Amino acid sequence: MPVDRATDGESPCPRDDSNPSPATEDIALNTRHGFFAASFLLMMALATASAPARAVIEIEITQGGDNAIPIAIVPFGGNDPASTPEDVAAIIGSDLQRSGNFSPLNREDLVANPVSGERPRFANWRLTGADFLLVGAVRPDGDGFAVEFQLFDVLQQSLMIGYRFPVTDQTFRSVAHRIADEVYEEILGVPGAFNTQIAFVSVEGRVGDRTYRLELADADGEGAREMLKSPHPILSPSWAPDGVRIAYVSFEDRTRSAIYIQDRERGVRDKVLSKEGINGAPSFSPDGERLAVTLSDGTSPDIFVLDIESGRLTRVTEGGAIDTEAVWIDDDTLVFTSDRSGGPQLYEVSSRGGRAERITFEGKYNASPTVSPDGETVAFVHGVDGRFQIAALDRSSGFFQTLTQGTLDESPTFSPNGQMILYATEKNGRGTLGAVSLDGSVVQSLTLDDGSFREPAWSPYSR
Amino acid sequence: MVPVQPLTPLPDIPFDTPRPDIIMIDPVPTFYFSPERSTRHLPAALVLLVSAFLVGCGSNEIREDIGPPLDANGQPIVQPVTIDGPQTGLEIDPNSLAGRAPQERVIYFDYDQSELRTEFLDIVAQHGRYLAQNPEGRVRLEGHTDERGAREYNIALGESRANTVSRMLQLQGVSSAQIRTISYGEELPVDEGHNSEAWAENRRVNVIYETGVAN
Repeated sequence: MPVDRATDGESPCPRDDSNPSPATEDIALNTRHGFFAASFLLMMALATASAPARAVIEIEITQGGDNAIPIAIVPFGGNDPASTPEDVAAIIGSDLQRSGNFSPLNREDLVANPVSGERPRFANWRLTGADFLLVGAVRPDGDGFAVEFQLFDVLQQSLMIGYRFPVTDQTFRSVAHRIADEVYEEILGVPGAFNTQIAFVSVEGRVGDRTYRLELADADGEGAREMLKSPHPILSPSWAPDGVRIAYVSFEDRTRSAIYIQDRERGVRDKVLSKEGINGAPSFSPDGERLAVTLSDGTSPDIFVLDIESGRLTRVTEGGAIDTEAVWIDDDTLVFTSDRSGGPQLYEVSSRGGRAERITFEGKYNASPTVSPDGETVAFVHGVDGRFQIAALDRSSGFFQTLTQGTLDESPTFSPNGQMILYATEKNGRGTLGAVSLDGSVVQSLTLDDGSFREPAWSPYSR
Repeated sequence: MVPVQPLTPLPDIPFDTPRPDIIMIDPVPTFYFSPERSTRHLPAALVLLVSAFLVGCGSNEIREDIGPPLDANGQPIVQPVTIDGPQTGLEIDPNSLAGRAPQERVIYFDYDQSELRTEFLDIVAQHGRYLAQNPEGRVRLEGHTDERGAREYNIALGESRANTVSRMLQLQGVSSAQIRTISYGEELPVDEGHNSEAWAENRRVNVIYETGVAN
């Protein structure tokens, strides 16, 4: 439906004339793209150079999705590098592309630069092959800015959603991820997981002179920041369902290991267990009130459940075999690793103890389970012919599938929307992270610019 | 909190209802481990608490409330930590009691196994006889694995290896009070290579004599 240019003048979102944003649907404005892209690259270079965070994480998409949806993402009007810190459209495009589900158009292929509040000329956008069109603007809002966006269905020529977010310099990236989440969910019907975080352990230096760090980064690898720094091993970060507390194992006491729960907002931590022998494999229950742990106390490793508030321990497994790596399927059920049958295999057991039921039968080595947010899928380390890869088991159908092709893949963790599995792997002698979609079709690689990555833990959705 | 508002709709195009508030991401505080720095920047009561746990005090449950040390501008100070690594500072005097203990102090294991290999039975027995004859002797058994497979399973496997050696020592009459075990799993390899020779070197229990160190 052609719309008279005069309609633009009646836009409920008047543009600030001082903004050098691409303003009208005019193909002649394409030169502005070049200018904007160049300034954007410069801006990103400066932002990277001056970033306070130590770790720089690069994400490389090594294999894209088969049926990626073409989407046009227009640089947001008023998103001037001089006054606003981040290129919102670029962040959204990068998020959507990394999911493997979307194929954002190159900026030079955009036919125009509409902003939110204008009616796009859908006929022109059809020619680009884009199924969807995302436009937006950064506009003055009180003392600061607001970011707004509108998502259009190009074929239906209709508006799908549009929101406005007040934003500060500190929340620019977060708001961009949030918009990517909205677009992802609106089109695919599945919540996005872009506005989430990853906890991981990084290691620098050689044995005897190592620095271990527990770090947090945004899900796109940006903004890495330390939670803990130690010359002694740090292991097994595990998120509480509140997205605020993280449990982990630290060997900082030297004579014995200990399990800590650290609150990333308040900057306090509790040492919750430090017994003789193993204090390992903490995992928060879905209700956030209990911690499954491994203790040995001078005998063989067994699973216990710690009531965090009271400190009361309940034994779940017993016997001379190794039982460890318990994670929760729901508030009453655990899946864990045991070598009671000879080699490590996965078992399910009630969190109150009792008979454990073996669930893996493929191969001689299945360990380090992690459970999808819906509880349907268990991913784990599967060892076969000296290679250790990430595999997934559908609990109801028993369908088993190997997802990765590495030789030293370990520590799988689900994205909170259950669509991707992040895991630790080894590349050129260094620990890196890989990400794979649950159908194995999308593969990414994340590397740290110095040091090695291990033990990723993808956050739940924040409160 | 950043409120979310629906955009004013374009003429004749409906908008969805607003979504919940987005979550602010706050800066993350960092913990540092340096007794030297702790004493410089922390209140005295906290220093006592920290020192107590650094030397391994008896309590299992210590509540800490320690933020990172701050500079004059209130910014967190970041500097390297100074605690020795776990494999340094353990040198023993060759003339001490432990210095005369059996010199072969590494027991190697097969892949995914915690049973003693027959060639190490005699070495473990020598340590057992020595410790049984010297009840004041203290030993720490550090279990290790190679890098393959799951980290926490490897912690458990290393513990099983240390426990195997511990049981053998106790069969020789060594008191359990003389023995302490700890497993580092795959965290502290002696050879950082990714090949079978490195892995064989790393699947081990280190027998470490701790003269004068109370359990």
